[in-house]
Amino acid sequence: MFKSVKTGLGLACAMVVLAGCSSTDTDDTAQQQMVEQTQQPVVEAPAQETAVPLDNVVYFDFDKSLLRGDTRELLIQHADRLRGTGTSVRLEGHADELGTREYNLALGERRANAVRDFLVLQGVDAATLEVISYGEERPAVPGSNESARAQNRRVVIVK
Amino acid sequence: MMNKLKILLSLIAVNCLLALSAQAQMVVEITRGNPDPTPIAVSPFSWSGSGILQEDVSDIISADLRRSGLFAPVPKEDMLSFPKAPDEVVFRDWRILGTEYVVTGRIEPQANGYLLTFDLTNIFGQSKMFTKQVSGGAQQLRDIAHRAADEIFEAITGIRGAFDTEMVYVREVNRGGRPVYELMRADIDGARSRAIRRFDQPVMSPNWSPDGQEVAYVSFETGRPAIFRENLRTGARQQLTNFKGINSSPTWSPDGTKMAMVLSKDGNPEIYVLDLSTGRFTRMTRHFAIDTEPNWMPDGKSLVFTSDRGGKPQIYQLTLATGQVDRLTFDGDYNARSRVSPDGKTLVMVHRSRGVFTIATMDIRTGQMRLLTETSLDESPSIAPNGAMLMYATKRGDQGILAAVSLDAGVKYNLPSQVGDVREPAWSPYFD
Repeated sequence: MFKSVKTGLGLACAMVVLAGCSSTDTDDTAQQQMVEQTQQPVVEAPAQETAVPLDNVVYFDFDKSLLRGDTRELLIQHADRLRGTGTSVRLEGHADELGTREYNLALGERRANAVRDFLVLQGVDAATLEVISYGEERPAVPGSNESARAQNRRVVIVK
Repeated sequence: MMNKLKILLSLIAVNCLLALSAQAQMVVEITRGNPDPTPIAVSPFSWSGSGILQEDVSDIISADLRRSGLFAPVPKEDMLSFPKAPDEVVFRDWRILGTEYVVTGRIEPQANGYLLTFDLTNIFGQSKMFTKQVSGGAQQLRDIAHRAADEIFEAITGIRGAFDTEMVYVREVNRGGRPVYELMRADIDGARSRAIRRFDQPVMSPNWSPDGQEVAYVSFETGRPAIFRENLRTGARQQLTNFKGINSSPTWSPDGTKMAMVLSKDGNPEIYVLDLSTGRFTRMTRHFAIDTEPNWMPDGKSLVFTSDRGGKPQIYQLTLATGQVDRLTFDGDYNARSRVSPDGKTLVMVHRSRGVFTIATMDIRTGQMRLLTETSLDESPSIAPNGAMLMYATKRGDQGILAAVSLDAGVKYNLPSQVGDVREPAWSPYFD
């Protein structure tokens, strides 16, 4: 348990460094690929009892579609359970209220695409994954404050 | 029995709420005014019919002129007399009050409606400027008032009035713990608001056809975002797109024959133009970045749009004939959702400055930018057809409200707040 928290922290730090290094001219997708290459060696303990439902929401940083280090572990567990099952999954991308609605629709899609791409890399059949963005139209938590916003920048995995 | 009583009680409650909201609608809060507005008096109009008129036409005209920020209407209680025609105007009395113009008027019943005859008198010039007539149906007293206000405004300022216009917007209300999304329509002063259509999934991005007969919007009712067009008079509607991914940001071309939009069926959001007569889609952008929020230049020859191809969202211009793309905005790290003024000279947009989202204008030729608002979550600017003001959405506490500001930033007002979260105003074109 402690170990995985540490790993998560380490990853988060790596993210911050990477995000810091990337100039404003770097595209998010490029950043994401960079991260994916450098973060491959993440090895996790095998999934425990599959009966325990997994958390189905992953969160993002403001104006970012990079997967955060602390969400990869969860996505790997999802991938482990989905691989080869043919289960249809809807990936619903969301944004917080900051910024314009149409741009946020695009941002929500980019986030959901990042989750899709990660799951596909983990061996999940792309044909079973559907991406839909709601932008900022369906916040999980109402309110104009950072705590609400952090919970609204998310992708929800719906089976 | 109990059930019936419950229904009756809730109906009464709803009626009370309606009455409250009708009252609340009368208050427009002017937050910033022109420093030197022109004093004008709209003397209460005479009514030669029977019964009491449902609307106070002279009051509505006063409120319109006041909201423009360019006029300071004289309160009724300050008037020394209530002239009904130019020959009853005593110049000396109005000079004492400092009044520069007096409006007089007479309302008569007509078959199925009303006729307003109104006059504009210049006090310092001691001369009548005009006598005009406006007529309308039984439910059109407010329209009559707005049309008269347009005439008065134009005669004095030289600018065409935009009081006789409407807006569409989105309202989200909570009904029994579930969100209901309403596509709303109202007079531009916020009065006579009513739902065009209600949805249990989000609706967004309403946009008027240039003839003011239709609106296009994005609805999630099919489970995915799709673009619809709807005729406001007949209620007939048509789904225009059903592609995988984003289908959004519909904007009618100035001649009404095409619609620009955003589709992400190619993998990421790109600008497309749909020819409405042939149904043919033409892809206009090719870039791995986000391209969105297209809007037409008034000549219909180019589009402005938002793209983060430079790393952060900025406004670009796309020349349709050549496909050439030029970046327009350079100030700040977030410029998005632009709209072009009717003369094609000014852009308005959402601009982030010091972490705060405000509305800004930019002179397209010089690139000079200016902030119009100073609240923190301002979005969705929509320009009046006369180019004098824009309507936008902002937050008061956690509630979305609508506000307006003049393009020179001199005048600002909030529209009366409504139940629920109100957003995405779209100012109508002229209806004639």
